[in-house]
Amino acid sequence: MFQIVFQTREAIVADQNEFQPLVNKENKDVDITSVAYEKVDQPGPKSLLKQAQGFWVTFITMFKKVNTVQYPEVKEPTAERFHGRHQLNRHPDGLEKCIGCELCAWACPADAIYVEGADNTPDNQMSPGERYGKVYQINYLRCVFCGLCIEACPTRALTMTNEYELADSTRSKLIFEKDDLLGPLRAGMLPPPHPMYPGMTDTNYYNGDVKEAHPSQEQK
Amino acid sequence: MNNAQLLLDDPGWIITLKAVIVFAVCVVLTIMSVWGERRIVARMQMRVGPNRVGKFGLIQALADGVKLALKEDLIPAAADKVVFIIAPVISVTAAFMAFAVMPMTGPVNFFGEETVMQLTDLPVGVLYVLATASVGVYGIVLAGWSSGSTYPLLGGLRSSAQVVSYEIAMGLSLVSVFIYSGSMSTSSIVAAQQSTWWYGLVLFPSFVIYAISMVGETNRAPFDLAEAEGELVGGFHTEYSSLKFALFFLAEYINIIAVSALATTLFLGGYHAIPGLGFTEQWLGGWFTLVWFFLKVIFFFFVFVWLRGTLPRLRYDQFMQFGWKVLIPVSLLWILVVATLRLISTTSQSRVTTFIFAGVVVLIVMGISTAVDASKRKRAAHVYPEAAAPSFAVPSLPSEITTINVSNSVSDKGGDRG
Repeated sequence: MFQIVFQTREAIVADQNEFQPLVNKENKDVDITSVAYEKVDQPGPKSLLKQAQGFWVTFITMFKKVNTVQYPEVKEPTAERFHGRHQLNRHPDGLEKCIGCELCAWACPADAIYVEGADNTPDNQMSPGERYGKVYQINYLRCVFCGLCIEACPTRALTMTNEYELADSTRSKLIFEKDDLLGPLRAGMLPPPHPMYPGMTDTNYYNGDVKEAHPSQEQK
Repeated sequence: MNNAQLLLDDPGWIITLKAVIVFAVCVVLTIMSVWGERRIVARMQMRVGPNRVGKFGLIQALADGVKLALKEDLIPAAADKVVFIIAPVISVTAAFMAFAVMPMTGPVNFFGEETVMQLTDLPVGVLYVLATASVGVYGIVLAGWSSGSTYPLLGGLRSSAQVVSYEIAMGLSLVSVFIYSGSMSTSSIVAAQQSTWWYGLVLFPSFVIYAISMVGETNRAPFDLAEAEGELVGGFHTEYSSLKFALFFLAEYINIIAVSALATTLFLGGYHAIPGLGFTEQWLGGWFTLVWFFLKVIFFFFVFVWLRGTLPRLRYDQFMQFGWKVLIPVSLLWILVVATLRLISTTSQSRVTTFIFAGVVVLIVMGISTAVDASKRKRAAHVYPEAAAPSFAVPSLPSEITTINVSNSVSDKGGDRG
């Protein structure tokens, strides 16, 4: 009903009331006679009535609210920063943020990301600047949702959503292509490819100077 | 007219029908109790429990049964095939048989025949229940042995040792009931309790001993160490699958119901209403007693579940020590006390004699408990008992260690992480 706490006499002298872990500079043998024993009472059940309290705990728990979430019917929101499925973001005018730099693929510890970049041309402008991600795949059978890819992304093109229902029946379905990962076109966005905002450079895009698509960007 | 006489003139078709009903009651109760146990224990752990199959998950156990029946029925190559198949049959048959002597109602009109809902009324009914329980042990032993595997063998031995030892305490706790009621027939014991208080109160120590030993007898938590799922992979039924496993499962739950029914019959007044509500026994032409009987059985079943939800599992040696060194001696002493009291009252001695005897017993009990307390304290003072050094090499006792190595875990020497 008690345990013995080993303490050097010096430690006890140093602080009579508070237990301190031993801090010795090097390993050394301590003579047992210089070790003080301290009896520590462990609070355990003292009487039969105290022991019977356990029965009361389980009994009263029956009438408490259960913790279970009826999952498929009831879905509770995840934590705000929950690491879920990835999303490839767009600039406010609809151009893709991804520049095909492959830093996410390099950062990935599970080798789950495959990126193939290509040059933007005046006819096929997918993102501001020179390059865009032509092929973008994330293999969710490998992904460990560590978020290192998000940290690596220089343009904030890759972020994570809170979506966690990713189970599927085949392997191929779990390799998400660029179409599966791209964020939706919101109000004021135009589906790429289309030219950059008139008078804006890629730097302006990164600085957030482009707020929405310009009518001239729309292609016939 | 007592139950035995009522049962005597039952025609064959009523007996057959009752046998079928007893069988059906056992099976249905098993299914319901599996569901009930899982729901109750879930609530005790702030969970919901099975709620998907049917309304409130009511037919979950049925679905489990169907699943078990559809599974592949494996017989290990090393198994003794015949015994392997017979063992679960023995187990489940013995379990069903125990229910035959349980009086479930008072006199009722059963398809125009005045009878009671009790298959048969043996003059030694309670002994018969103990006997069927003992036969059930064969199922466990044979299952463990015939599996041709080590763990089932050990689990079987443990289970059977457990059942056999707790059967002694159980049997002894029943002796005082026999002494007081003057009968071993279940229906007579129920009738005898009507004239006095329930035996659960009159013979409270017997009731407590029975209640403990019935948990040990049925291998249930906290005495389920022989089939501890987490440690022993199920004990004696490790090698069983499909319907044969289902039979063991069925037997376990029928046993629980049967010992609960026996406890109801012997200690809680059987099918009679609780005192003060005696008028309800006439409702529905006497059939309402069935409700009282099953309410009491369900109460015991709830206690079984409550124990499982509350208490951690015992260690095997603690369990055996408790059975042999506490329960059996205590029940033996209690039998002595009951027998003496009974003798004093039947030979109509004066009340003074009774009180003197009771006083002496109380004094002796107090003396024993003081002595036990003192010896406990004495033992607690000796943390490290002195013992002669054995001839073989042993690690040194903590009291013999003269130096201890005090290492600093963050020193520059230790660890690969610096």
